[in-house]
Amino acid sequence: MRARVAYFGVFTALALIFSYVESLIPFQIGIPGVKLGLANLIIVIALYKMSLREAYLLSVTRVVLSGFLFSNLFSILYSLAGALASLTVMAVLKRTGGFSVTGVSIAGGVMHNVGQLIVAMFVVQTFSVSYYIPVLLAAGLVTGLVIGVAADSMLRRLTGLEL
Amino acid sequence: MMEKRLKKKDIILIILILLVAAGAWILHEVLKDAGSGIAVIRVDGAFEGTYSLNEDEEISINDGTNILRIRNGKAKMIEADCPDQLCVNQKAVSGNGESIICLPNRVIVEIQSRQESGYDAVTN
Repeated sequence: MRARVAYFGVFTALALIFSYVESLIPFQIGIPGVKLGLANLIIVIALYKMSLREAYLLSVTRVVLSGFLFSNLFSILYSLAGALASLTVMAVLKRTGGFSVTGVSIAGGVMHNVGQLIVAMFVVQTFSVSYYIPVLLAAGLVTGLVIGVAADSMLRRLTGLEL
Repeated sequence: MMEKRLKKKDIILIILILLVAAGAWILHEVLKDAGSGIAVIRVDGAFEGTYSLNEDEEISINDGTNILRIRNGKAKMIEADCPDQLCVNQKAVSGNGESIICLPNRVIVEIQSRQESGYDAVTN
């Protein structure tokens, strides 16, 4: 039990550091709103190494803390919607079976963007942001793939880590 | 035996996402044409007519004092008989609420469109 708490702390710290690193080096490819989502690497690892409850807790903690530290209150709303949509879909796909870590991560990356876009539609009260859907889907696919390959490689080496 | 990095369902998922993205893009391209705006022309406050921005044409306004050209979904004043030529020098308009106004001839061209006018800047 004590080890679980310690591990949770380490995971939270890692996710925060990744958020920080990302805020330092924006993944600038000329499309606003598209980010690599380094912190999702930790979330994917947590999904496979921790209980689902802990993964959710980690995700929410990460979003709230990094939101207050590196951006503003309003962005927490977007991040939270994206993070929860992403984690939920990843958990479902993982339970369904037949998907690799990379596949689960791709779905997570895409849903992260979709969740944020849905919140944006409610906030701006317009569907005109819908022109952004193809861009965000493709971006989520690519970032999810990158994160997925990385998470896959990490999980192959973390076989000794039992939580 | 190492597990495969990409499984069959993963490939299906990727293809599905790409299809949805392509579908959304095509849908948007189609809707964009149908939803683009109209130019409302008024002379001296009186309603003169509306013209779709989809059809390329040249419109003679106010018995030829001004000529408005619609091309590629944008409206631009190409001729005016007034001395200042302010409206002619203005850029082509297409966004909702944008307008071209020729004060000497009292000609007003206003765009009504679902397409929002471009922002000058966005702050965060």
